[in-house]
Amino acid sequence: MTTEVGSETEVKKEPEKAEEQSPAPEQDAQAPAAEPKAEAELPCGETAPPGGDGDAQPKAASPEKERKQKEPSAGKGISRFLPPWLKRQKSQSQAEPREAEKENQEKVDEQQQPGQESAPKSPVSEAKEAPGEELKSDDKDDKHSIGSADTQPAKEEKGDESLERSADVKEKEESKCEEKKEEGETPKPDSGTEKPLLKAAKKMKTVMCHVTLLDGSQFPCEVEKRAKGHFLFFKVCEHLNLLEKDYFGLSYKDAADQKCWLDPAKEIKRQIRNSPWQFAFNVKFYPPDPSQLTEDITRYLLCLQLRQDIASGRLPCSFVTHSLLGSYTLQAELGDYDPSEHRLEYLSDFQFAPTQTKEMEEKVVELHKNHRGMTPAQADAQFLENAKKLSMYGVDLHHAKDSEGVDIMLGVCANGLLVYKDRLRINRFAWPKILKISYKRSNFYIKIRPGETEQFESSVGFKLPNHRSAKRLWKVCVEHHTFFRLVTPEQPPKARFLTLGSKFRYSGRTQAQTRQASSLIDRPAPYFERTSSKRVSRSLDGAPVVSVSDQALRGDSSVAGDKENGREPALELSSDSKSKLRVQGENIYVRHSNLMLEDLDKTQEDVLKHQASISELKRSFMESTPEPRPDQWDKRLTASPATSLRLQAQGKTPPTTDGPLPDSKDIGKSAEDKQRSGTGEQAEVEIEETVVIKEVKKAPKTKDVAPEVVVGAAVAEEAKKEKEGEAEEKEDKRPGGGEASSSSDSHSESEEEAEYHPQVSSVSVDQIKEEPEEEEPKQEAPPPGADPIASAAPPRAREERGAASEGAADEEAHNGHTETRQGLVSVEEDEEEEEEEEEEEEPRLNGDVSRTETERLPQVICCSEPPVVKTEMVTISDTFAAQKTEISTKEVPIVHTETKTITYEAAQLDGAGDSEPGVLMTAQTITSESLCTTTTTHITKTLKGGLSETRIEKRIVITGDSDIDHDQALAQAIKEAKEQHPDMSVTRVVVHKETELAEEGED
Amino acid sequence: MTALTAPFGRFTHSVVRAIPASFGEGALRTCSAQVDLAAALREHEHYVAVLKHRLGLQVVELPADESLPDCVFVEDAAVVCGDTALVTRPGAPSRRKETEAMKQALQELNLNIVEMDDDSATLDGGDVLFTGREFFVGLSTRTNQRGAEILADAFKDYTVSPVPVLDGLHLKSFCSMAGPDLIAIGSSEPAQKAFKVMQQMSDHRYDKLTVSDDIAANCVYMNLPDKGHVLLYCTSEEYPESAKVFEKLKDYTLIPVSNSEKVKVDGALTCCSVFINKKLEN
Repeated sequence: MTTEVGSETEVKKEPEKAEEQSPAPEQDAQAPAAEPKAEAELPCGETAPPGGDGDAQPKAASPEKERKQKEPSAGKGISRFLPPWLKRQKSQSQAEPREAEKENQEKVDEQQQPGQESAPKSPVSEAKEAPGEELKSDDKDDKHSIGSADTQPAKEEKGDESLERSADVKEKEESKCEEKKEEGETPKPDSGTEKPLLKAAKKMKTVMCHVTLLDGSQFPCEVEKRAKGHFLFFKVCEHLNLLEKDYFGLSYKDAADQKCWLDPAKEIKRQIRNSPWQFAFNVKFYPPDPSQLTEDITRYLLCLQLRQDIASGRLPCSFVTHSLLGSYTLQAELGDYDPSEHRLEYLSDFQFAPTQTKEMEEKVVELHKNHRGMTPAQADAQFLENAKKLSMYGVDLHHAKDSEGVDIMLGVCANGLLVYKDRLRINRFAWPKILKISYKRSNFYIKIRPGETEQFESSVGFKLPNHRSAKRLWKVCVEHHTFFRLVTPEQPPKARFLTLGSKFRYSGRTQAQTRQASSLIDRPAPYFERTSSKRVSRSLDGAPVVSVSDQALRGDSSVAGDKENGREPALELSSDSKSKLRVQGENIYVRHSNLMLEDLDKTQEDVLKHQASISELKRSFMESTPEPRPDQWDKRLTASPATSLRLQAQGKTPPTTDGPLPDSKDIGKSAEDKQRSGTGEQAEVEIEETVVIKEVKKAPKTKDVAPEVVVGAAVAEEAKKEKEGEAEEKEDKRPGGGEASSSSDSHSESEEEAEYHPQVSSVSVDQIKEEPEEEEPKQEAPPPGADPIASAAPPRAREERGAASEGAADEEAHNGHTETRQGLVSVEEDEEEEEEEEEEEEPRLNGDVSRTETERLPQVICCSEPPVVKTEMVTISDTFAAQKTEISTKEVPIVHTETKTITYEAAQLDGAGDSEPGVLMTAQTITSESLCTTTTTHITKTLKGGLSETRIEKRIVITGDSDIDHDQALAQAIKEAKEQHPDMSVTRVVVHKETELAEEGED
Repeated sequence: MTALTAPFGRFTHSVVRAIPASFGEGALRTCSAQVDLAAALREHEHYVAVLKHRLGLQVVELPADESLPDCVFVEDAAVVCGDTALVTRPGAPSRRKETEAMKQALQELNLNIVEMDDDSATLDGGDVLFTGREFFVGLSTRTNQRGAEILADAFKDYTVSPVPVLDGLHLKSFCSMAGPDLIAIGSSEPAQKAFKVMQQMSDHRYDKLTVSDDIAANCVYMNLPDKGHVLLYCTSEEYPESAKVFEKLKDYTLIPVSNSEKVKVDGALTCCSVFINKKLEN
């Protein structure tokens, strides 16, 4: 079933994607909320939906929105008609070989369709249906697990279901009728056939997933076709009775047979594409110290994974270690060595090594004898204690090439990025050393923090086999960094990491968080059976199966969020982050473009003036660029062993590069210069700009934070509107959003690059927002209508904007007035009002800039980008690279990167503010993308000394070719930000400009 | 198993080899120096006596081979870690045969023997620094990349990171382990650079014990059941400044060992023995 559905039906369903997306999260969310009602109405009796769908949400608030959202999708037509047609066909051709497949699809279609159709109905009806879906899928699961878990369960099931459930048809019919009324288009004849089917399918499209568990068994699980990864993942964890699930993940093989991690926050379907719905449950983050895991069952699963890793050769071990680990496996699975029953044959079931010799088996047995009396849990623990010391433990290897085209492996692990050539580790980049991780096409780059004696950061590039592999590596890095490094105990809520240029981010908990959560686990050790031996780990009868606490957590938070603003659940559900974000992005983008138009109305003079100042600044940047210091260069070379080539673009052409270095002549030139001079050789000019905008609003209220703001919408303005009853407006955009989201898929595909700044400096850490799931329960959330907006933002706040641009930044002295240390930042380049002040401010600005360059102000560091840095380079090779005098760069393009950062900070009245984080109440991150800009908005609410404070931080990444007027775009962004939050003040502006020149065609 | 559980520096056995008469004239050296053979013999005798009597190790003494002037430097012939012994392929062709006797001795000790079959590979044990957590292998005139790879293959449990040896004969010509996670390192620039490389490569933070003389940074650390930390290091007569540094180590059994003759042919303290930890029950 899986395979067929995956491939064959895919085509047909394509058009439905858009529809499926937006409703999906809702349904998830609604199910639980509606449950009571559902129970009453649907005698089905099946139990409540899994905890994962606990995102209950007040439907009443948003029916209209939903309708709006759904109508367009319904309007798509084709997909709607498909199901009935298929159904008919199916009923006629029961015996056809394809049947199972079709049925599946049908079923799926049916299931989905009702949901969609009913959407426009009253909240009640919706609620009614949602549970139905849930129930149904539960049923299916049961069935599968009991019986036909295999390849073609669909057919059998169908029969069963239609028979069994015909009793339930009535309700279905009712809803059906309603649906028809609404749609009017649904062909009547179908209804007859549909009834039983409907009932069986209960209105949701579902797909059978097969998950290979660590013990090798298969776990069939039926999920909605539009389900997000986490739904399936939670199902699996539930099945395994696993609570410490954050170390694990689901993987699938993509078309190229590469193992990919299923992103829990995204729809499964869009991730696996045409691949079969076949997954594997695996350890994703290997805990460096397994003894710190709370539960034995978690350790057991980790052991299973490691046994696999060892047997497959992924985790290399010496003979002795193979034997030792094997002996612990035997002890765990078989108990004490028993000479009477344990002969060598008893080992045949176990694989201790990729190639298992007789000698090894003897050794295993010999060692096994020593473990007498060890419980399974103890044996597992010993196994892990030894396995964790292995050098490749937890190292995720990726094939790559260095600058010379030499095959290397990049290993991502808890501590950082490792580089291997053959079996040798030739370099290592610890997370703290990495400033930025990015990929562009098939190239993967890391930017390295300068060492103590070094002045400039450098970048190292690697060539991956293709774009997808580069992206995959990048993602794994982002995830590992976030999981293992990001969250410090002091700032548990700030786990979230943001990514620029890509929507991707790690959506789970970090290790610190999961440890904390694990420490709260309070259940008797769960009973579980060691499948290979049937040996029971603990036999505590009646140990309650604790429901997955996390799910509850998630549910709660979203409930809170949803209720607060009465928004579409889809908005809050992290699951559909993509489409959600997309929607937001659309909104923002639209507004931006409007603004741009407005801005064009500005007098040409203003624009020119501004441009001029930018240019000037750029020049001053260039000029103040520190002289190249050969000493440091040397140091750098030697300091980093294996890294081969580190070219610094400080106007010095490294003598080492005599190869094809067309770009080298550009070293030292500003981006501007480059563009101007039109360096013919540069195949491509890419400019990235990052703008960090942070706005802080402080409401003099005690506990209240405007919920609207919290939830959502990336912009305070929206929240305001909502308050004013204009919510509809926002919602209007959603349908479009739905479409956009579908297209966003392709967009993301085409997304050629992304970057990630792992080094979150203190400030940026503050700026980082929490993931929605982490939001505190609603009680804490501020009453709606709270007027942070109203109360905040004294008129003068408006005046306060620090403006910065790559060149021209101005800061307004008034920033100081705000009672808040509002770090807001706005960046602006050509706002008229700003222009006036610019003159006064400029001196200071320049001062700042120069300081930046020379002293590296803390703020700058915060930005994680040193002042003016021009880096160039690429390459890594072996240890000898440092000694090499010749470096060829033909394989990997030399990338000239010019980075400029300007930070502007308003005077802060309450200096204590930043150091004292306060109580985080809510936090949220929203990312939106348009053609050339990516806006990441973080909204955090904190409670400090009785004052609630809202901070909005925006990061706008403008990416594009030289044809884009970046200055203009930047200006728009700033202006936009100001307009969106008129009542907030800008306290901080950071402009980070990076220009890269890469040779084209290496891809 | 031993390697994974025993404390770093725990040894029970040592393999040494006598100095042949050809040592004075025939031993390879990077700088021309006249070796006082008699003095060398006395030194070596003392060295072996320390291992045997002072420290109570089981010392396997291989006979000298006149055709192998450098045969006293047994360290280069084998790398032993845990129960596995890698019999090397020394970088100097004249020394290749040194491994034969060593291999036999190690076999008799019941170690898992791994040999370097690859004719393109060279590895001197003097380029191999085992820290207890990982290996660093010097890429030097005597050891090449392929040799390092085979080392990595032989000891799969451990990370093996190459370190360029820019100056000096071997990696351990300017560094060695002076304790758990403590690396003694010479103060010369190449030595300090090498240390940086090692730090960069490692997930672990090593402490650094910098001594003024590179060659003095080569010492022999052991952790013996009844003696705790034991360190064989240069005498204050030879390297007064460096010796002072070692003498500041707390809770160590410090044993200065003279090495003035062997050092003339680039022999350091670690060069003259291969240490093995054999579990008694095995």
